[in-house]
Amino acid sequence: MEKKRRDFMGLSLGLFTAAGGVGALYAMKRTWDPLPSVKAAGFTTIDLKDAPENVLVTEKWRGKPIFVLKQSKEMMAKTTEETKKRLIQIGDAHYMVSVGLCTHLGCIPGYDAEKESFLCACHGGTYDATADVTKAPPPRGLDIPPFKIDGTKLVLGETGPEYEKMLADGTTLAV
Amino acid sequence: MAHFEKANSIGEWLDQRLAVETLKRVLQTEYWIPKNINFLWAMGMVLAATFGILLISGIFLLMYYQPNVETAFDSVNYTIMSEVGYGWLWRHVHGVGASVVFLIIYIHMFTGIYYGSYKKGRELIWLSGMGLFVAFSAEAFSGYMLPWGQMSYWAGMVITNLFSGGSLHADGLVEWIRGDYVPGQAFLSRFFMLHVLLIPLAIIGLIVLHFGTLRIPHVNNQDGEEVDFDEAAKLYKEGKVKESKVIPFSPVFLSKDVLVMGVYFILFFYLVFYHFEFAMDPVNFDPADGLKTPTHIYPEWYFLWSYEVLRPFSTDVGLIAFAIAQVIFFLLPFLDKSPNVAPASRRGLFKFWFWAMLLDMLVLTFMGKLPPEGIWSSIGLVAALAFFALWIALPIITAKEKKL
Repeated sequence: MEKKRRDFMGLSLGLFTAAGGVGALYAMKRTWDPLPSVKAAGFTTIDLKDAPENVLVTEKWRGKPIFVLKQSKEMMAKTTEETKKRLIQIGDAHYMVSVGLCTHLGCIPGYDAEKESFLCACHGGTYDATADVTKAPPPRGLDIPPFKIDGTKLVLGETGPEYEKMLADGTTLAV
Repeated sequence: MAHFEKANSIGEWLDQRLAVETLKRVLQTEYWIPKNINFLWAMGMVLAATFGILLISGIFLLMYYQPNVETAFDSVNYTIMSEVGYGWLWRHVHGVGASVVFLIIYIHMFTGIYYGSYKKGRELIWLSGMGLFVAFSAEAFSGYMLPWGQMSYWAGMVITNLFSGGSLHADGLVEWIRGDYVPGQAFLSRFFMLHVLLIPLAIIGLIVLHFGTLRIPHVNNQDGEEVDFDEAAKLYKEGKVKESKVIPFSPVFLSKDVLVMGVYFILFFYLVFYHFEFAMDPVNFDPADGLKTPTHIYPEWYFLWSYEVLRPFSTDVGLIAFAIAQVIFFLLPFLDKSPNVAPASRRGLFKFWFWAMLLDMLVLTFMGKLPPEGIWSSIGLVAALAFFALWIALPIITAKEKKL
């Protein structure tokens, strides 16, 4: 009888402690989460109107660099069906807009306007002018941030139909 | 209440209440160390002393360092370096210590590998030691974030990105670790916490465990000889000090340790006063800038070998290779199938394995520092493949090893 009571007490104590432990772990996990203020500051509007051809413009969104590269006629001639999908069309102009962090490990690739390509100095990956990958180790082209077209402006962080299409056909991954 | 007699001395007073005599006997005067060892056996105490120095210099840096993305850089490079009296001393001691401690850790590890000090009852010594290696790595990395220079920021970016698991795209996990989309205030604060509290606590606990695991199997010796410690201790206590194969840890062995430490600290403080720059990357004297990657990112020298295992492969293969390289040394006691505890020179093929592994890690280290181009890329790839080939070969060649 005594033994049974002790077992019961041991078991109850164990269960309560375990439940408390799980609760504490959840609280710890939540404490490490990004703050709501960090999450809320995630929208940026950029104007593409004055972007020059074949000159890399770098904007900032969620602390990350955003590459904007207006494509020239010659650059457009080099695109394929696949890489063209990566560009954002506003009127007649085509823009490459992407997160300027190498998809390998997140360094910022540099743009060479003469070669019309990006080189990531960290591990030697390269990208073409549409930011599609041309040499490993990066597993894919630069990611395209969620955007919504608003006249000649882009709202980064919001999701428009053009972006949804890119996601659906696998042109980019969700960032 | 227990019965207490009046004490005749402070020592006796303490002994009545704390059993200090028993403690002293168990931990020092009757903790036996074989005589048949060399200066490489002093590396453990050299490491303990270096950790002590890192702790003390860290405490003084902590008085002026500010874990804030706006002020961190200046609090280190201006306040500590030019305003605080002798602030430069703590910083250079801390920086040089963090670098040199890895040199000694690697010497300590390869000594253990060479003499087979990781098997036949000594497995836990090896495992707890590897735990310390991992904890020191995390401590070094988190500390490297704190000056919030360009290398801090970009090393933080690249290393936390490793947790996205390549094609798994666990970006949520990466953002969770950082507390932000990119390394920012949340990231700096939490790595500050890890560096000054959580990881040092873990290190102290692991050091206690590491010492504890030594107690029963005792330290190895130059011939891997199985010493009868009871018999040898009896001889020593009978006064037959010459005939006995052992000496007490303290004061006899420790006095030898102190000699090695003396030589070591001459070198250490030579580096602190005259060559501290080797531990101070010039790129990290630019403040962190999330919109500009330094042209060439490389880790501190002690991580170069594992960085080079990651670098020549595509993302996924590289990550898997990197993950294996981080943990494979834990498995050493279980992959070495030979029953022999002996120096590598007497163990047939293992002799070549040992030197090939040491050489390969040196090659990986040098290649990791060079830009990933041309011939360096190729040598790096070969060395990375050789690293894995050696680990695959280990159980095969040790299983065939003749029993000594």
